[in-house]
This record gives sequence, structure tokens and C-alpha cells, in this order.
Amino acid sequence: MFWNLPYVAVVVLTIIALATIVLKKNLIKVFLGIIILESAVNLFLISLGYREGGIAPIYTNAPAAAMVLPTPQALTLTSIVIGVATSALLLSFAIIIWKKYGSINLDRIRRLKE
Amino acid sequence: MRMSKIVRTGANLLYPFIIIFGLYVIMHGHLTPGGGFQGGAVVATAAALVIVAYSYQEVTGIIRNVAMKARESVGLLLFIGAGIAALAVGTPFFYNFLANSGLLFGMPVPFGPNPGDLNTAGVIPIMNVAVGIEVWGGLAIILLYMLSSVAKEGS
Amino acid sequence: MIPAFIVENSPALMVIVPLVAAFITPFIGRISHALRSLWVGGAMAVTSAITLILALDVYATGTRLYVFGASAASMALPPDSGGIPIRIIFAVDPMSALMLVITAISGFAIILYSLASERSYSGLESYYTLYLLMITGILGMVSTGDVFNFFVFLEILSLASAGLIAYRIDGGVAVEAALKYFVLSTIGALAILVAIGIYYGEYNALNMAMIAARMQFSLLDQVALVLIIAALAMKCGAVPMHFWTPDAYSMAPSSITALLVVASQASLYGLFRTVFTLYNLSLNAVTVGWLIIILGVLSMVVGVTMAIPQKNVKRLMAYHAVSQTGYMLLGVGVGLAVLGNQSLLDAFGYMAMEGGLFHIINHAMYKGLLFLTAGAIFLRIGTYNLNRMGGLGHSMKWTMVFFVIGALAIAGIPPFNGFASKLMIYESVFIFNPVLAVIAMVVSILTLASFVKVFHSIFMGPRLPEYAEVKEAPLPMLFGMGILAVVVILFGLFPTIVVESLITPAAHALVNQGAYISAILGGA
Repeated sequence: MFWNLPYVAVVVLTIIALATIVLKKNLIKVFLGIIILESAVNLFLISLGYREGGIAPIYTNAPAAAMVLPTPQALTLTSIVIGVATSALLLSFAIIIWKKYGSINLDRIRRLKE
Repeated sequence: MRMSKIVRTGANLLYPFIIIFGLYVIMHGHLTPGGGFQGGAVVATAAALVIVAYSYQEVTGIIRNVAMKARESVGLLLFIGAGIAALAVGTPFFYNFLANSGLLFGMPVPFGPNPGDLNTAGVIPIMNVAVGIEVWGGLAIILLYMLSSVAKEGS
Repeated sequence: MIPAFIVENSPALMVIVPLVAAFITPFIGRISHALRSLWVGGAMAVTSAITLILALDVYATGTRLYVFGASAASMALPPDSGGIPIRIIFAVDPMSALMLVITAISGFAIILYSLASERSYSGLESYYTLYLLMITGILGMVSTGDVFNFFVFLEILSLASAGLIAYRIDGGVAVEAALKYFVLSTIGALAILVAIGIYYGEYNALNMAMIAARMQFSLLDQVALVLIIAALAMKCGAVPMHFWTPDAYSMAPSSITALLVVASQASLYGLFRTVFTLYNLSLNAVTVGWLIIILGVLSMVVGVTMAIPQKNVKRLMAYHAVSQTGYMLLGVGVGLAVLGNQSLLDAFGYMAMEGGLFHIINHAMYKGLLFLTAGAIFLRIGTYNLNRMGGLGHSMKWTMVFFVIGALAIAGIPPFNGFASKLMIYESVFIFNPVLAVIAMVVSILTLASFVKVFHSIFMGPRLPEYAEVKEAPLPMLFGMGILAVVVILFGLFPTIVVESLITPAAHALVNQGAYISAILGGA
């Protein structure tokens, strides 16, 4: 049970994130929801990489125990890097929208439909 | 907008240390936790600190747009260049042709528990440096652009 | 004739060249604008050439494997890894090669067009950088053999596309469209990442062949399948999740819209690759096949009915793009629904799949052509509004010819390529389920009606006084459109040759999961 706690946290974070994305009207809060969702996925990936009793795969003279494949860490790092680019682009969009529309309320960002 | 004198002095003091620490993280990426992206992000926080402490006009004097753009491109080209060099040697893209070759970063890894030798791991340190430069330039340029569009709005 | 070095390393080179060129472009732009045009045009030409060389090689010699960072390009299983392919692998089979051909032709035609159409805008170095990054993303997505690598290229593609959709800010409206697209595609990409995590947790592998070989189709795999289908169906603009398509397609510059069509087909490729290569027979082919068929039929019907009342010509074309995506989903869905039943597969399953895949390449050509003509018209008269157009046939003859070619092709009129693929879909789907074939034909007729209306309101009628000074589009744009038009006509005139040489190997590569696995893992 104890080792499933990270997965419980993943589910809780995902629910919080999806609720934020769907319910909030403020663009920045929606972006925060996306960032929380990214964190949830990253936590999921990094929890997958945990092996009980495994050792880090960096020793030349390692004991004969199970070494952990570092792939999940690499995935998480890549996903964090992509997350940085994503948030940067989203926030740039928010800046432009705020400048052009004078609001970041989702109800007012509806000029496409006119 | 510029902050109080205490903040500006603090930023001045911390600026070189943050950069040195970031460069350390980049350089020792193949030995210690961290690496190109993490170190580059640390270095970019130095730029963020300056941006927070000073006004936009002052910041552009300290961190130049063009220099950061150049870092971004050069870092990426260096990274891909390290990969293409493997093609020139006749092996697939990204093959670590420098490892254990005795050349640059080419020493074999010493056996058993040891503090780690900087001169190992082949192209990996080169790629770490490339990514470090790239992230430094990339994050700084993002912050600068965002600041510039907000600054124009404010004035 | 072609150096062996290039052929051997073509999978890596086709991604390296646009990537390097993308990041040198800003420097070249500082020297001179003419030089930059030459540079990006040349880089794209080289990329297309390498891509075509690779595709031809794959059609001639079979699946190509390229392992990054290994000591030899074919070493998928490192000797000390315990039989797990841990490296990033490019696995180019005939299905990937088909997508490579599409990207090579469209990418080159569209860059020629962009050189003229974007000339008067600022910030062009970012435009070309992002354009080349989009090409990198598409090429990577369709040739990778690693699920995580697929995600990375998907994100490169989304970031670059979102930047380009917002490129002409247009008082913030373009940014709004880009925002919509990007929020959706980020959430979709995260869903794919969760699915990738599930695969890794279950099978300790990220390599598609390895996952396919170990596939159990447990409950977790079903969750992963649902996540991937939902995300990729959204990215390719299938109906329940299509609402970003008209906004993004209509607000992006026309050249980018044409490339977005190719990009959404790369997502479609991802969908087919997942269903056929990762799961294949282990999933319930009838259920999932029907799911894809229903998505396809909904897309066809909703797309075309939404298209008819549109006044903005690009929104109209975007809804038609949704509708045409439905044909591909329908064709391949029918193939999937009879997967595992060899006699039905031989009777009509392969033909339906070939029709669907043939429609992918045809759609990329004629829909790209149509969006490019819309861009040419916009360049000259400055509006997309159909009510304000008219009489342009007098002044823009070539554009009109290209528009007619595209419109007849999309409506499925012989001898254009749309007819060839739609006929294959009608014939095979009719055997499977006549109702579906009838729906497909009705949609086709509605498409024709819609385009007749558009053609009439843009080009026919007397020359309008406000457009008296309008000139023909510049030469590079005509060349770009011309390339696509020639392909549309050639594919329409010689469909059998195209189907036999390009499409049939692709369809068989999709169905034959065992061959894909053994090509990568070596007889495992």
C-alpha cells in the first residue's frame, strides 16, 4: 500500500489539474492547471522507475544487485524540458492576448466566433 | 521598474556566483547529479535575478539580446555537430566515438569507488556543455522577450 | 550515382539537415534576405531529396533500421542489454516511406510558395526556423520506432505549429486560435505520455517492436489504447474533437495551413501505427475497427455539413479537411474491422485500407493545393470572405486553374486523384456495409456542391471594380502550386502504378505486424 502512494498522488494531482483546466476562467489559472497536469505525469513516470532494492546504474564496481534502468529518469527530464518550452509559449500567448484584448478572461476571448 | 538598493546590490553580488555554480553543474554533468539542462537553467536564473532587480533599459545593457540569441543557436549547432562528427568517423549519428579513445574526454573510467574523473565519458560532456549554452541562451531570451513586451505596455 | 554514405545515413540526415538549417537561418537572415530565401529553399530541397532517396531505398530493399548512438546502424539490440532495445531507433518501413514521400513533396512545394507569399511580413527568420522545425517534427514522427521518441517529435511539431499559427497576430485572433490548438495538443500529448508510461511499466521497453512483441492486451493496455486513440484522433481533427481545426486552419498563414494538413496526417499515421503495429490482432479488431469507422463517418458527415454554410473560404476548406479525414479513417477502419479474417481481408479489407492510405497522400496534395490557392487570393485581394469576392477568374487565370484541379480532385471527379482513392473506398466499403458506402458517396456529392458554389463566388461573374487592379500571383507561388497540381493529375491518371508501387506495400506493412517486429528485433 505504502509504495502505491505516489500513484495516489498522481491521481489526485490529475483530478485537480483537470478540474482547474475545465472550471477556471482565468487564462493563467488554466495554464497552471496544465503545468500541474505535467507534474502529475512526471511523477507517474518517475514512480514507475522505482525498483525496491535496486541500485543506481553508475558504479563500475557495483554489488551484484539489480541495477535500475535510468530510462524513466531520462523520460521525465525530457518531459520537463518540453514542459518549460510549453509553458513559455503559453505564457507568451497570454501576454499577447492580454495586450490585444485587454483581458485574460476566457469568456472575453471569443473574437474568433464573430 | 527597479527594485531597492539592497536588492540590486544583492543581485550584483550573487550574479557571478550563480553563473559559476551553473557552469560547474554543466561541466560535471557526467559525474554528478545535474547536467546541461539543469546547469543551464541555473545560469539562466542569474539572468532572471538581474531582470527582477533592474529596469528593462538597464537589463538590456547587462544581458544583450543578440548574445543570448547567438548562444541559443551556437549551443544547438555544437550539440548536433558532436553528433555529426560521429557520422564523419563512419559510425551512426550520436555514436560516442570519443569514449575510451584517449583523446579529449577520452580516458577510461577508473574502476571501483572513486570521486570521478572529469576527463572521461567521450562526447557526453561536450553535449552537456552544448545543452548548457543552449538552455542559458534560450531561457534568458524567453525572459527578455516577455519582459520587453510587458515593459512596452507599462511605459 | 548517389553516394553510399548518404543512403546509409539517410534516416539521420533527413532530420539533421532541416534541424541544422533551422538554427542557422537567423544568422543568414542578418546578412541578406535573398540569401536567406536561397538558404531555406536549398535546405528544404536537400531534405526532400534525402527523404525521397530513403523512401525509394525502403521500397526497393525493405524496412530500414537506424540506431542512434550505436556502433553500427543496424544494431538494435546492444550485446550487453539483455535483449532490450534501449536506444532510440528509426524504423522506416513502407508505411513510413509513404508519409515521407508526402512530406517531401508538400514540404518542398510549400516552401517555394512561402518564399513569395510571406515576403512582405516581418519576423521571417522565426517563420523559416519554425517551418523547418515542423518538417523535422513530421519526418521524425513518421519514421521513429520508439514510442517516447514519437512523443518528443510530436511536441516539436506542436510547438512549432502553434508558433506558426499565431505568426500573423491579426489583432490577437490568430493567437486565440493558436492557444486553442496548443492547449488541446498539450493535453493530448500528456495523455500519450501517460500511455507511454504504462507501456514502459508493463513491458520495460519503449521500442515499438518490443512492445508489440510482448503485448498482452491487459486492462492497462486498453487504458493506454484509449488515451492514444483519443489524443491522436484529436490531433488529426476527427469529429468529436475537431473544433480546433477550423480556427487553427483559418487563422494560420495559408502556406502553414497546407503543412498543417500534412502534420495532422502524421498524427493519423501515429494512430494507425499504434492500432496496427503495437496492438494488431491482440485487440478486439471488430470493436476498435468500428470505433474508427464511426469516427470516420461522423467526421465525413459533420465536416461537410458544417462546411456548406461557411463564408470564410479557409474555414470552409478546413471543414472539408475534417470531412476528408473521415474517408481515411473509414477506409483503414474497415481494414481493421476485418483484420484476422484472411478471406475477408483479401476480398475487400486490403482494398479498403489501400483506399484509405491512398486518400492520405491524395488529400495532402489537393487540400494543400486548395489552401495555397486561397492564400494566393488573399495575397492579392486581402480577404477570405466569399461574399466580397467575385470575378477573379479574369485576372488570376492560373490560380483559377489550380483551384479547379484541387476542387475537382476533392469532389472525387475523374480523372483526378481524389476519384481514384474514393472509388477504392466505395467499392470495398460497399461489400463490407452498403450503408457506409452510400454515406461516403452522399458526402462526396455535397463536397462537389460546396466547391461549385465556392468556385462560382470567387472566380465567376463580372470583374469587380475594387479588384480591377488585381494581378496574377507571383511566380514562385505558382510553381509551388504547380508541383502539387502536377502530382494531383499524375496520381489521377496513373492510379494503378501509384497504388502498386507506393500504397500496397504500405498497407501490407501495416497489417503484417510480425514482419515489422522481426525486421527490428531480428527474427524474434
